[in-house]
Amino acid sequence: MEAFLNQLPIGLSIGAVLLLIALGLTFTFGQMGVINMAHGEFIMAGAYTAYLLQDWAGRQAVIVALPVAFVVAGLMGLALERAAIRHFYGRPLDTLLLTWGVSLVLQQLARDLFGAPNVQVQAPQWLQGGLGIMPYNRMFILALAVGSVVAVWAYMNRTGQGRRMQAVMQNRRLASTSGIDTGRVDMRTFFIGSGLAGIAGVALTLIGPVGPALGTYYIVDAFLVVVAGGLGQLRGAVIAAAGLGLLNSYAEFWTDASLAKVIVFAVIVAFLQFRPQGLFVVRSRALT
Amino acid sequence: MSTVVTSKDASVAPLPPGRPSWRARLQGPAVFTAVAVLALVVAPLVLEPFRLGLLAKYLVYAIVALGIGLAWGQGGMLVLGQGVFFGLGGYAMGMYLKLTEAQGGLPDFMVWSGVEELPALWAPFANPVFALAMAVVAPVVVAALLGALVFRQRVRGAYFAILTQALAAAFVILLVGQQGLTGGTNGLTNFFELFGQDLALDSTQRGLYFVVAVVLGLLYLGARQLVNSRFGRLLVAVRDGEDRVRFLGYNPATVKTVTFAISAGMAGLAGALFVPVVGIISPALLGVVPSLELVVAVAVGGRFALAGAVLGAVVMNYAKTVFSEELSSAWLYLQGALFILVMTLAPKGIIGLLRRRKEAAG
Amino acid sequence: MRNSAWRIALPLAALVVALGACGPGSSSSQQAAGGGEDGIKVGILHSLSGTMAISEVTVKDAELLAIEEINAAGGVLGKKLIPVVEDGASDWPTFAEKATKLIAQDKVATVFGGWTSASRKAMLPVFERRKALLWYPVQYEGLESSPYIFYTGATTNQQIVPGLEYLKEQGKKKLFLVGSDYVFPRTANKVIKAYAAANGMEVIGEEYTPLGHTEYSTLVNKVVQAKPDAVFNTLNGDSNVAFFKQLKSAGVTAEDMPTMSVSVAEEEVKGIGVDNIAGHLVAWNYYQTTDTPANTKFVQAFKAKYGADKVTSDPMEAGYNAVYLWAEAVKKAGTVEVEAVKKAAGGIALERPEGLVTIDGENQHMYKTARIGVVQPDGLIKEVWNSGEPIKPDPYLKGYPWAAGLASG
Repeated sequence: MEAFLNQLPIGLSIGAVLLLIALGLTFTFGQMGVINMAHGEFIMAGAYTAYLLQDWAGRQAVIVALPVAFVVAGLMGLALERAAIRHFYGRPLDTLLLTWGVSLVLQQLARDLFGAPNVQVQAPQWLQGGLGIMPYNRMFILALAVGSVVAVWAYMNRTGQGRRMQAVMQNRRLASTSGIDTGRVDMRTFFIGSGLAGIAGVALTLIGPVGPALGTYYIVDAFLVVVAGGLGQLRGAVIAAAGLGLLNSYAEFWTDASLAKVIVFAVIVAFLQFRPQGLFVVRSRALT
Repeated sequence: MSTVVTSKDASVAPLPPGRPSWRARLQGPAVFTAVAVLALVVAPLVLEPFRLGLLAKYLVYAIVALGIGLAWGQGGMLVLGQGVFFGLGGYAMGMYLKLTEAQGGLPDFMVWSGVEELPALWAPFANPVFALAMAVVAPVVVAALLGALVFRQRVRGAYFAILTQALAAAFVILLVGQQGLTGGTNGLTNFFELFGQDLALDSTQRGLYFVVAVVLGLLYLGARQLVNSRFGRLLVAVRDGEDRVRFLGYNPATVKTVTFAISAGMAGLAGALFVPVVGIISPALLGVVPSLELVVAVAVGGRFALAGAVLGAVVMNYAKTVFSEELSSAWLYLQGALFILVMTLAPKGIIGLLRRRKEAAG
Repeated sequence: MRNSAWRIALPLAALVVALGACGPGSSSSQQAAGGGEDGIKVGILHSLSGTMAISEVTVKDAELLAIEEINAAGGVLGKKLIPVVEDGASDWPTFAEKATKLIAQDKVATVFGGWTSASRKAMLPVFERRKALLWYPVQYEGLESSPYIFYTGATTNQQIVPGLEYLKEQGKKKLFLVGSDYVFPRTANKVIKAYAAANGMEVIGEEYTPLGHTEYSTLVNKVVQAKPDAVFNTLNGDSNVAFFKQLKSAGVTAEDMPTMSVSVAEEEVKGIGVDNIAGHLVAWNYYQTTDTPANTKFVQAFKAKYGADKVTSDPMEAGYNAVYLWAEAVKKAGTVEVEAVKKAAGGIALERPEGLVTIDGENQHMYKTARIGVVQPDGLIKEVWNSGEPIKPDPYLKGYPWAAGLASG
C-alpha cells in the first residue's frame, strides 16, 4: 500500500519532467504550427551549458545555468527561426523534416565537441537526499515546472508582448493588418520556446545522462504531451503532462517499463478518438 | 490555427497540364525502359555480387519509398512510422524462414529464451503462402484500421505525423519486450534457405535481385496508374484542400485510408523481400530513425513524383554506404546538411531540379 | 526536349557505374597507413557512430594499439598487419553488411569486432557461411559456441557466477534484478535465478526497462519497497546513468544495498558521476588497477597514444588481447589460413594485462580470472576479490548441476 501511495508523488514528478520538456514545444509547435524536432537538441544544449559552467560555478552550476541555458538555447532557437524556419510558416510537415536535419547535425556536433561518452554534472549538495520517497531534486524539478508555467502564463496574459503573441497565433493575417510586427513576435516566441527547452535540459542533468543522445530520449514524449493537451494550450499541456505522468507511474507499477510505454501510447490514440484536437481546442472558424 | 494552404505555397505541386504532346507522353516510358534495362541487364553484368546485393537492398528501400511518395507526396499524409509495416512484412517472412530451418523444432532464439513450445502465433507461418500473404495483408489491415480510426476523426497533418512516429516507437518497444516471441533486440537472423535455395550462394542472391527489381518496376507502374486515375486526382485534391473535397460530397477519410493502406502494403512487401536479401530483421530497422531516413530520401529525390521517391531512396542509401566506408562521422553532417538544403532551396527534390532545368531549356 | 529522358537516365547510369567502380581498392585510404604490398590485412569492425560508439570506439583504439605494437616488433610471419577499419554504425544489419565487405572484398585474414550480442548474432551467419574468423571482445550471455568465433570476453561462469558467489559470501540473501530489455540481461537473470534457487538465495524482484530508458523513479520505488540485500544490475549504456542518479537521490547507499553491475566499467563510471556510484560493486576480469607487469605496460602505452586522461577497461583489454592471441596462433600455424589458425589456437597461453589467458580449443572461449571490484571515489575500480586462478570457460554451464536445463530451454 505504501508503495502504491508512493507512486502518486512519483507520477506527479514524472509529469513535471514531461511538462518541462513539453512547455517550450507548446509555444513553438502549438502556437506557431512549427514542429521543431530539434527541440530535443535544445534540451541537450541546456544540459551541456550546465556541464560547461561547472568550471567556475562548481557544484552550484545547475542553479547558475538556469538563466544562462535559457539564453543559450533561446539564441539557438532564434538563429534557427531566422535562418530557416521563417521560410516555412504554414508548412508544418516540411518544418518537421527540416528541423530533423538540424537535430542530426546538432547531435553530431555535440559528439565532436564534447565526445561521445556521457559527461558528469554534479548536483548541488543541498539537493542531495529527500523526504521519504520524494528526493529533493525531484521537488526542485516540480517547483521549476510550476514556476515556469506561472511565468509563461503571466507573460502571455499580463504583458503586451504576450497578448500580441496570442493575437498572432489566433489569426496571423488579422494581427498583421492590425499593425503587429509578426516577424518580431515570431522571433520572440521562438526564443522563449527554445529557452524553456534549455531550462528543461539543466533540470534533466539532475536525474539523467548528459550526452549527445539526450534529446532523442525525450522528444517523442514531449510531442505526445502537446498532442494530448491540445495545440497551444497551456492548461492542456499542464493537465496532459500530469495525467500522462500518473498514467506512466501506475502503468509501470502494475506492469513493467516496456508495457507502460505501450499502454500510454494506446491511451493517447484512444483519447484522440474522442478529442481529436486534444484536451482543449482553440475555437476557430478557419478552415484548413 | 489557420494554416491555410494556398496555391502560391511552394510545397504544392501543380497538377499536370491537361493534354501533353505525344513527345512528352513518350518520354515517361522511354525513361522507364532505359532504367529497366540498366537495372535488369547492365547492373548484374557490371557489379560484383557484394555490390549487387547492396543494390538489391537499395531497391527494397525504394519500394517503401514508393509507398511514402504515394501517401505523402500525392496524399499529403506524412507517414513517419512506415517501419511498423516494413517490420510486419519482415517478421512474417522471417518467421517462415526460421520455421523451415528449424524443421518442426523450435527456432534457435526460442531455445535460448527458454520458450518450450512453439507459440500459437508462429504455427501458421510454417506455410509459405500464408507467410507471404500475411506480409502484405497484416500491414494493410493494421493501416486500414488505424486510418479508419484517425482519419474519420479528422486527425491530420502534424497530429497524424506524430501519431505514426509514436506508433513506430511503441511497436519497437513491444517487439523488444517479447523476446521469446520475436527474438528481442537481436531480431531474427541466421537464415539458410528460401524455398529450397541456399541463401549464401551468389546465384540465389542474383535471383533475389531480379525479383526485387521486377517487383519494384511493377509496383511503380501500378502506382503511376493509380495516380493518373480518378482516384489519384481525388487524392491530390484531398491533399490540397480536404474540406473542399468534403463539401463536394466525397469522403476524404476513405480516400486517405485506402492510400495509407496501399503504402503500408508496399512497405510490408518490401520488408518480406528485405529479409532474404539482407539476412536479418530486427527492431532497430523499424524505429523512428530508419522510418524518418526514408522520408528524407523521398524528399531529396522529389516527393511529388513517384520516380523521385525511388531515385531518392537509391541515391541516399548509396551515399550512406559510400560515406560509411570512407568517412563515417561526416555522414550525419552531410545527411543533415543535404536535407536542410533540399528543404529550403529545392523542396521538389532532385526530380524538381531536373524538371526545372528542362522547363528553362525548353 | 527529347534528350531530357537522358537527363534522368544518365545520372542513374553514372550511379551504377560508380557502384561498380567502388569495388576492390575503394578502402585504400586505410591501407596506405598500414605498410607495403605484402602486409596482412585484418578487419576491425565496431560502431564508430550511433549509440554504441560511446563504448566501441575505445575497443577499436585498443585493437589498433595492439596492431601497432605487433608491427613495431616485426609483424607476423615477417609481414606487417594492415588494419581495415569499418563502421558498424550501431545497427545490426550494417554489421553483417560490413563483415561481408571485409571478407569478400578486402579479403582480410580475420576480423576483430562487435560489442552487443545483437551485432554478434547478426554477424555469426556471415562468418559461418564464408568460413572466416571473428574475434569478439565483450563479456556476453553464453549459450553459444560458433566454430568461427573466438570469444575473448567472459562467458557467464567467469563473470555472473563469480559475482553471485561473492554476494553469497557477503551474506546477501535477497536479490533484486534490474536489467535492460534485451538478450544479455534476460539470459543472465535466468542464470541468476537458477543459482539463487540452488544456493538458498531469493530473487524478490525482476524488472526490465527499454534500452535508452531514463525514468527510473517507479523502478527505484519498487526496489526500495522490496528491501533486497543487494541489486544485480544488467542495465546497459545511458540507462545506468539515470538509474544510479535516481537510486542515489532516493537515499539508497552502497552500504545498506550494494549494486552488483556487470556492464559498468571505468569508462561508464565517468558519465554516471563518481558521486552516484562510489562504493557499489562491479564484476569483470580486468580493471585499470589490476596489478600485473603486462598491465602497467598496456596502461602506459594506451595513455601515451590516446591521452593521459583516458582510462582502460575490461572490453578494451579483451580487444587488445584478441589481436595478440590471433597473432600468436598465426605464428604457431605458420599461415593465416583460417582452419590452420583455428587448429593452432587451442592451448595458446599468454600473460596478458588481466593475468594468464589460455584459449580453450574446444569452445574457443578463454580461461580468465574473475575479479570483483568496488568503485573508488577517484573513478577507478579497486579489486576486492578474485577467483585465484583462471576459470575454465563453460558457455553452456554444463559443469554446474544447478544450471541443468538452462541450456536446453
